[in-house]
Amino acid sequence: MTAWLVRRLAAAIAIVFAVVTITFVLIHLAPGTPFGADEQHQQDPEVIARLVRQFGLDQPLPVQYVLYLRNLLRGELGQSFSQHRPVADAIADTIPPTLTLAGAALVVDFAIGLALGVYQAVRPRRFGDIVLGNVALFFHSLPTFWLGLVLLLVFGQWLHVFPVGGMRDPVLCPSVTSARCLGDVVWHLALPALTLGLVGAAGTARYQRAAMLEVVGEDYVRTARAKGLGERRVLLVHALRNALLPFITLIGLAFPFLLTGAVLVETVFAWPGMGRLSVGAIFQRDYPLVTGAALVATGAVVLGSVLADVLYAVADPRLRAPGGAR
Amino acid sequence: MTVWTWLALAGAIVVALVAAAQVRRHAAARAAGRRFLRHPTASLGVFILAFFVTLALAAPLVAPYDPTRQLDPVHLQNQPPSLRFLLGTDVYGRDVWSRLVYGARLSLGIGTLAMLVAVTVGAGVGALAGYFRHWLDAILMRGVDVGLAVPRIFVLLMAVALWERLPLAALVLLIGLTGWFVTSRLVRAEVLSLREREFVAAAQAVGAGPTRVIFRHVLPNAAAPIIVSAALGIGNVILLEAGLSFLGIGVPSPLPSWGSMIHDGWQWIVAAPWTSGFPGLAIAFVVMALNAVGDGLRDALDPRDTLDPRKEGT
Repeated sequence: MTAWLVRRLAAAIAIVFAVVTITFVLIHLAPGTPFGADEQHQQDPEVIARLVRQFGLDQPLPVQYVLYLRNLLRGELGQSFSQHRPVADAIADTIPPTLTLAGAALVVDFAIGLALGVYQAVRPRRFGDIVLGNVALFFHSLPTFWLGLVLLLVFGQWLHVFPVGGMRDPVLCPSVTSARCLGDVVWHLALPALTLGLVGAAGTARYQRAAMLEVVGEDYVRTARAKGLGERRVLLVHALRNALLPFITLIGLAFPFLLTGAVLVETVFAWPGMGRLSVGAIFQRDYPLVTGAALVATGAVVLGSVLADVLYAVADPRLRAPGGAR
Repeated sequence: MTVWTWLALAGAIVVALVAAAQVRRHAAARAAGRRFLRHPTASLGVFILAFFVTLALAAPLVAPYDPTRQLDPVHLQNQPPSLRFLLGTDVYGRDVWSRLVYGARLSLGIGTLAMLVAVTVGAGVGALAGYFRHWLDAILMRGVDVGLAVPRIFVLLMAVALWERLPLAALVLLIGLTGWFVTSRLVRAEVLSLREREFVAAAQAVGAGPTRVIFRHVLPNAAAPIIVSAALGIGNVILLEAGLSFLGIGVPSPLPSWGSMIHDGWQWIVAAPWTSGFPGLAIAFVVMALNAVGDGLRDALDPRDTLDPRKEGT
């Protein structure tokens, strides 16, 4: 298990290393000076001098590469053109909002997805299953940003139930300090989280239904029924427990989905997260900020998949046995 | 809308119905086809796809106006749907229905082309890795691991940030080249088992080289996962293109892709919900149809479950 974990982590580090290298090559292939300013981007000469020193921009490429890696290890991602401050600081400010949104979306996603999937699997190929299956298929096929716009129009503009954007009321709650302001954030969070969560839930339900149907045919489920257990207990205790295993994989897979969805949904709802930051940076051609965000997103995805693998190994005793995990 | 465009629209519906009926008839005659039809929405999916493909092909007949022409920027701004403007007009005074019809060309075209790129590369890499195994397999599959680690949209954001606006061809190529990783894994797995079969050994024994064995004997037998991932992949590409165009970095205005229509319309969503509402519905129905057909094809061709529960697109 330890050897497996070490190998898994080494592979993850190798992947991140490869992505960093490709990013470095791309930055140098692109027109313009890497990390520095050009005629489009006015920068303080002092900042430019610091960047030239920090990233060795007057040195040969291999030296620049080593410096780039060293700077990354220290969490230095360069200077943002549009924000006039280090990229790392700009991104760090947006991570809590993005994580809040992703976490809330994940709760909606798994709560609805799990319930729907189990409900469908209990009545396979019946009317309810087919109707819900098609509803899930429809939501699975929706562009997240468009669903966001529709929810915004209906609940924000027409019904005035939820605010139309932002993370908190700028007048009443400039920062989260009191319980009332926490409520304000939750109130702002509802629509974007619902948007991401609903689209995700449709996929989760499809997956959970398939996993549940697979398990229901197993011998031990028949045994549980033969023992005379009630159907509810058989399904919810015996079957669901094992059908939850692939669910762990879903948590790992959710990271790329949530980060991608966040780029679009944060733009729709003016949510001050990493996705909106990256999109805003594009129109300023602020590529240090965009590449920085891409590297952080990659890190999150790799971390997510390692986490899912570890959770899987912890949850599934078959993988814990010696030689069980490859 | 003139009499002729109404007739053309009716014609498109008839063509789609006939196409769906033909598919049903042919499918019902085969065991695999019956598995396809057992999927509750696959037949409807075929109809929806046939309808939008007909619209795309017959766009000049079905669209009453030039999709990029501003008919009357002063008086025809954000007009609600009517008999004259079936789906209303947008803020620039352009006919939304005409843009939707021409948008089918762009959105379906980009989806298909990018998927062709993705499937070709994916099948090629998967076949090479699975057939030659050893170090080549190791290198290629580690490459796939790297590709899967970066969320696709960030690759495209990065490309736009570094090179400013991407030409349409570059966009298609980039979407295709970031979408083949899952396909290559599926194909590799299939090829790994196919290469041990007798007919491959027989082909090798009569002296066929690796190129011939791969193209004539191995890949045709790995068609099932390739077709299924292509059908499901087009939907992802359409969603990704829509997302990028919505952000204003995909298909450039005034070209009418469904995503760029939403981009043009969403600022006016309160005053004119039809300008961004209908293109969104079109995306939803086409992607749903592709997913249903893809699911049906998987049931029909590839009984093993290879469902990818997450879309990376949007």
